[in-house]
Amino acid sequence: MILRLSGLEPLNITPEFGFVVIGERTNITGSPKFSKLILADDFDGALAVARQQVQSGANILDVNMDEGMIDSEAAMTRFLNLIGSEPDISRIPIMIDSSKWSVIEAGLKCVQGKGVVNSISLKNGQEEFLRQARLIRRYGAAVIVMAFDEQGQADNLQRKIDICSRAYKLLTEQAGFPASDIIFDPNILTVATGLEEHRHYAVDFIEATRWIKANLPGARVSGGVSNISFSFRGNNTVREAMHAAFLFYAIRAGLDMGIVNAGQLAVYEEIEPELRERVEDVLLNRRDDATERLVDFAESVKSKGKTPVKDEAWRVEPVEERLKHALVKGIVDYIDTDTEEARQQCKRPLDVIEGPLMAGMSVVGDLFGAGKMFLPQVVKSARVMKKAVAYLMPFMEAEKSAGAKPQGCIVMATVKGDVHDIGKNIVGVVLQCNNYEVVDLGVMVPAANILETARERKADAIGLSGLITPSLDEMVHVAQEMQREGFDLPLLIGGATTSRAHTAVKIAPHYGASTVHVLDASRAVGVVNSLLNDQLKSEFDTKTRAEYARLREEHSAKTREKKLLTLAQARANRTPIDWSNYVPPKPEWTGPRTFRPSIVDLRNYIDWSPFFHVWELRGRYPAIFDDPAVGQQARELFEDAQKLLDEIAGKNLLTARGVFGFWPANCLGDDVDLYTDETRAEKLATFYFLRQQIQKPAGQANHCLADFVAPGVGGHRSPLQDYLGGFAVSIHGTDELAEQFKKEHDDYSAILGKALADRFAEAFAEYLHQQARIAWGFGSDEKLSHADLIREKYRGIRPAAGYPACPDHIEKRTLFDLLNAEKNAGIKLTESFAMHPGASVSGLYFSHPDAKYFAVGQIGRDQVVDYAARRSEAIAVAEKRLAPNLGYES
Amino acid sequence: MPDNLHPLETLLRERIVVLDGAMGTMIQQYKLSEQDYRGKRFADWKGKDLKGSLELLNLTQPQVVEEIHAAYLEAGADLIETNTFSGTTIGLHDFLFQGEPKRGRKDQEFFQRVTDDVNLRALVHELNFEAAKIARRAADRVANETGLRRFVGGSMGPLPVAGSISPDVNDPAFRAVSFDQLRQAYFDEAEALLEGGVDLLIVETIFDTLNGKAALFAIAEALEKSGSNVPLMISGTVIDKSGRNLSGQTVEALLISIAHARPLILGLNCSLGPDEMEPFIEELARISPYYMSAYPNAGLPDALSPTGFPETAETFAPKVAKWAQNGSLNVVGGCCGTTPDHIQALAKLVRKFSPRALEAATGNT
Repeated sequence: MILRLSGLEPLNITPEFGFVVIGERTNITGSPKFSKLILADDFDGALAVARQQVQSGANILDVNMDEGMIDSEAAMTRFLNLIGSEPDISRIPIMIDSSKWSVIEAGLKCVQGKGVVNSISLKNGQEEFLRQARLIRRYGAAVIVMAFDEQGQADNLQRKIDICSRAYKLLTEQAGFPASDIIFDPNILTVATGLEEHRHYAVDFIEATRWIKANLPGARVSGGVSNISFSFRGNNTVREAMHAAFLFYAIRAGLDMGIVNAGQLAVYEEIEPELRERVEDVLLNRRDDATERLVDFAESVKSKGKTPVKDEAWRVEPVEERLKHALVKGIVDYIDTDTEEARQQCKRPLDVIEGPLMAGMSVVGDLFGAGKMFLPQVVKSARVMKKAVAYLMPFMEAEKSAGAKPQGCIVMATVKGDVHDIGKNIVGVVLQCNNYEVVDLGVMVPAANILETARERKADAIGLSGLITPSLDEMVHVAQEMQREGFDLPLLIGGATTSRAHTAVKIAPHYGASTVHVLDASRAVGVVNSLLNDQLKSEFDTKTRAEYARLREEHSAKTREKKLLTLAQARANRTPIDWSNYVPPKPEWTGPRTFRPSIVDLRNYIDWSPFFHVWELRGRYPAIFDDPAVGQQARELFEDAQKLLDEIAGKNLLTARGVFGFWPANCLGDDVDLYTDETRAEKLATFYFLRQQIQKPAGQANHCLADFVAPGVGGHRSPLQDYLGGFAVSIHGTDELAEQFKKEHDDYSAILGKALADRFAEAFAEYLHQQARIAWGFGSDEKLSHADLIREKYRGIRPAAGYPACPDHIEKRTLFDLLNAEKNAGIKLTESFAMHPGASVSGLYFSHPDAKYFAVGQIGRDQVVDYAARRSEAIAVAEKRLAPNLGYES
Repeated sequence: MPDNLHPLETLLRERIVVLDGAMGTMIQQYKLSEQDYRGKRFADWKGKDLKGSLELLNLTQPQVVEEIHAAYLEAGADLIETNTFSGTTIGLHDFLFQGEPKRGRKDQEFFQRVTDDVNLRALVHELNFEAAKIARRAADRVANETGLRRFVGGSMGPLPVAGSISPDVNDPAFRAVSFDQLRQAYFDEAEALLEGGVDLLIVETIFDTLNGKAALFAIAEALEKSGSNVPLMISGTVIDKSGRNLSGQTVEALLISIAHARPLILGLNCSLGPDEMEPFIEELARISPYYMSAYPNAGLPDALSPTGFPETAETFAPKVAKWAQNGSLNVVGGCCGTTPDHIQALAKLVRKFSPRALEAATGNT
C-alpha cells in the first residue's frame, strides 16, 4: 500500500521508495539554532533553516514550536503561513509536530497539502484518541501514533506491540483511517545511560518495528532517531555513528522513515570499524560491558585518538587525590581501602564524606556540567560514592554523631502527565551521594501528592522534573499550589524543556519562596547546598531573585507591546447573551437550606475515575477493570474500597453536611448583586468577578461570570428576575477515621478512607447540584445517567472560588456568610480561605444555558485597580491575592 | 456494494453523464437591470447595488433561474447545478454585507463579522435552500416528462479570498481569512443545500486547495448533522500551462489532498478551454481512482465573442468529446461561456462512447 502525502507536489511513498527523511532542524525542541531564531522573532532566519532542510534532501519537513516561552499556536500558524508563501519549501509535505493538540489543530488549519500529524497517543484514553483521530481525518492528514497509553510510555517490546495493535484497530475500525495513513512511532529511547533497564531499548524498537510491519498491514514506522544517542551529546562522531548503525538495523527491520538531520547522516559502511563494533555492541545489547567500552572509546575519539592505557600511576597519589580519581573515573576496585585510609586520617567519619568525597563529586559535577563526562559515567561515579558512604555508615552509627543524619530531605517527582525521568533519577542519585535523603515519588505525580509528601517527610526542598512541554504548565500549577498551601521550601525546577527564563517568568512569580532552575544534574548539589545552608542561603537567594527579575524584565520588554486588552475593551467584548427574550428560571425558594443526605445516597454519585488516579491506576472507571495492565489491581482496590464503604455506611463513620441556597440577583458591570427579597430594593451581598483580558481571536468573547446573570437596574428597562445560587458541602469524620487506622498500623486503609472522603465530597457536590437544578425548575426532567452527570451534560455551572473562572479565594468568605456555612455545614475557613475539613467543596450556581467554565487568566493593572476600588480595598491587598493572575509586574 | 449504489453511480457505470453548462453566461443574456435584481423583496434595499449578485436571483427572479435549468435539461443534461456558485456569506459579502474593514484592509476580524452576521447568514440559507428547490423542481418535471432521472448538484464554488495565499506580497504570513471562517461559510451553504434536497454536493473551481479542504470539512460536518449521505463531486482548476492551481499545487497533489473526503467524482473545470486543459485531463485520468469529470470553459476569454468566449457549440463539443472517445471521462459539461447549445452538441457526441472504467485507473486504489 502506498502512503500518499502532498505539499505543492505529491510524495508517493511506495514500498520501494526507500528511507523517508524527515527534516528535523525546524524543531524548536531539538535545534538550539532554530529555537534561538524563533525566540528572537527572526522568522526569515527560521525560513532559511527550512529551506536548507529541503535542499539537503528532506522528503518531509517536521515543524515543532513547543516552547513554553512563546505562543506555540501563533508561532505554528505564522511559520506555516510563511512556508506556504515559499514554493521551494512548501513543495514537500509538512509534519505538524507538537505534544499539544491545540498546536496541532492550528497547524492543520494552515496546510493545503496532505501532511502528517506528529503525534497522537492513547495517553489520555481511547475517547480522546478517537476524537483527535477523526478530526485529523477530517482535516485530511496522515498520523503518527506514539506507543503511549494510559499507563505511560511503552518501554518494552510487549507494551509497544500491545499499544500499537490497539491503536491500529481503533483507527481502522472506528476512526475510518486507511491503514496506509497510519505511522507508528514505537519510541526510540536513549541507550548507554548506564542503567541496566535501558540496555534493551534499541533492540526493543527494532523488534517492535519488525512486528508492526509483519502484523499491521499497511502501517508504517517512524522514529526520532537522535534520541538513541542522547547519552553522548556533545560528541558528534559517536552520535552520528550510532545513528547510522541504528538506522542500518532498524531499516532492515522495516523502519520507513525517521526524523533526522537531513544532510548530516553518516554512511554505515564508512564508520570506523572499531567504533562501529562498539556502537553495535550497545545498540544490539551484545555484551554486558558494551556501554563502558563505548564510553572509553568516546573519550578517545574526543581527545583526538589518544589511546587509553590502563594506568595505575594514580595509585601513588595522596589518598584525597586517589578518591577523587576513583570518583571521576568510576573505579570501585580500591574504594574500601582508600576510604578506610581517609577515615583514619580524619577526625570523624563524616569528615571523609564532607571532605575528599564531596570534593571528588564536585569535580564530577563540573565535568558533567561542561559536557566532558557522559551520563553513564556520572552514574558510575555515584556508585563509587554510595559504596564509600556505605563503608562509613557503621562507623558513623557507632559514633552516633549528629552528622550521620542526612543533610536534608529532598522530595522529587516528575510532574503529572509526564513519564520522562532519566534526568530526575540521575539528580536523585547525585543528591543521595551527597548525603541528602531523596524521596523519589516517581513519574506522573499529581501536585497534591508532592505537597502531601513534602509535608509528611518534612522535606527541605522540592524538585520537579519534566521533559514534554505541557509539564511546564503543570510545574506552574505545583508552584501555585505550594503558594496556596503556604509552603516556604525551596522549589527546584529541572528537565529538558525547562529553562532559567521560563522559571523566572512563569514559575517563580507564583511562589514566594526560592524557586530555582537547575540546568542539569551537576548543578543540583551546588544549588541544594546553597539553599539549605543558613549562611549561603540568603546570598544565593538574593542573587537568584535579582537574576530572575532581570530575565523577567527582558521578557516583558519583549512582549509588552502585544499582551492584554484594556479593561474597557474587554468589557466591550463581554459574553454575547441576548436577554431580550430570556425568562430566567425561578427557584422554589430563596435563602439557604441545609441538607444532610446519608452517605448511602451519595454512593451512586461518585465519580470513580479520580479515585483510581489517586492510586496512579490510569484509566476510566469502569473500563479500567478490563485494562490488561492495571485491571486486576483496580478491581482489588475497588473491592477494598467497597468493603470500607460498607463499614462506613454501617457504622456511620462519615457524615455529610451541606447547605445551598438561591438569592435574587442581577449583574451590574462585572459584579453580581444579591438582594434581600424579590423587590430587589435592598442589597444583601455582592460577588465581585474578574474578566478575561487576554486578546481573543475574532468571534470569541472576554468572559466574566457576571455575564451569565441578567443585568440589573440602570439599564433601559426593568431588570429581569434572575437568581444566583451557592453551596458548601463537607464530609466529616475523615481525620478520626484515618487516625484510627494509623493506630492499627494500617496506612493503606487510612489513605483509602481519605481518598473516599474526597470522592464523597465531590459526589455530594454533584448530588446537590442536581437538587439545585430541580429546585430551579429546569432540572426536573433532565434524565441524566451517571456518566452524563460526570461529563456535566446539564444546564448551568457551579464554579468555585479559587478556581480559574473565579480565581479570588476571598469570594468564599462572602458565600460562607450567605450560607452560614460554618454553622450549617460545619466548614471553617482558614485565614487563607482554605476549607476545613479538607473533604469540602463550595461554589456558586449559574443557571443560564450559555454559562460555561473558563479561565480568567492574566489580567491587567487597570482591572486590578478597578477591582480593588469595587471591593474598597487597597490595590496592593488585591494584588497579593491575585498574584498568579497578574499580567504585569506589581 | 452494488446493491447500495447511489443511482448516480449506477448511471455513471452505464454511460457518460452529461452535466449542464454555464449559469452566469445565460443570466447575462437576460440583461437584467438593478431593479430586476432587487425584485419586490429588495426594492427598498439601502445597501450597495445588487446587480451582478447572481445568487440573489433565486429569491428575486426564480423563474429566470428555472428557465435556464429547463433549457439545459432539455438540451440533454443529466445533472444540473444549483445557482449557488458564490452563495456563501463570504462569497456575497461584497453585495450584501453592510460592514466595513476596521483596519484598512479586509482581514480575519472583518470576515469574522461577515461569517457571524445573523441577517446575512439567514439570507444565505434562504437563497441556497430556494436554489435547491428551483433546480429540484426543474429536474423532477423534466424527469417526469421524459422518464429519465435527472440529478441536482449543489454548487459550492471558491471564495473571493484564499486561506493559503497572502493578498499582500509585503506580508507573506498574513491571511485575510481563517480556516474556521471558510469552514463556517461553507457549512451554512452546504446545510441549506442539503435541506433543499440536492442529490449531491459539488465543490468546484478549487483554485486554493485549503479553501477546498475547508469546504470538505464543512460538508462532513453538515452531513453528520443532517444524517444525510449524499455523494461528492470535486473539481479543481488549473490556472495555466504549468498545470498548477492558483495556490501552486499540481493535479496529483490536489488529488492526494482531497482524497480523505472520498469523492464519487473528481475532475477539472473552468480557467482553461478544452485545448489548454487536455494534458491535465489525461494526467488525472491516468492516476485518479474516482469517476472523472471535465467541464472546461468555452476557450480563453475573448471580449469580441457574443458570450465573451470563442468556442461555439460546434467547435467546443468535438474537443471535449474526444476525451470521452479516449476513455478518459465519466462526466462532461461546460463551464464559463457554454450554453444549452454547447451541451446539446456535446450530449449528442458522447452518447456513442463508453464511460471510463474505474478499474482502468492504473493501480491507484
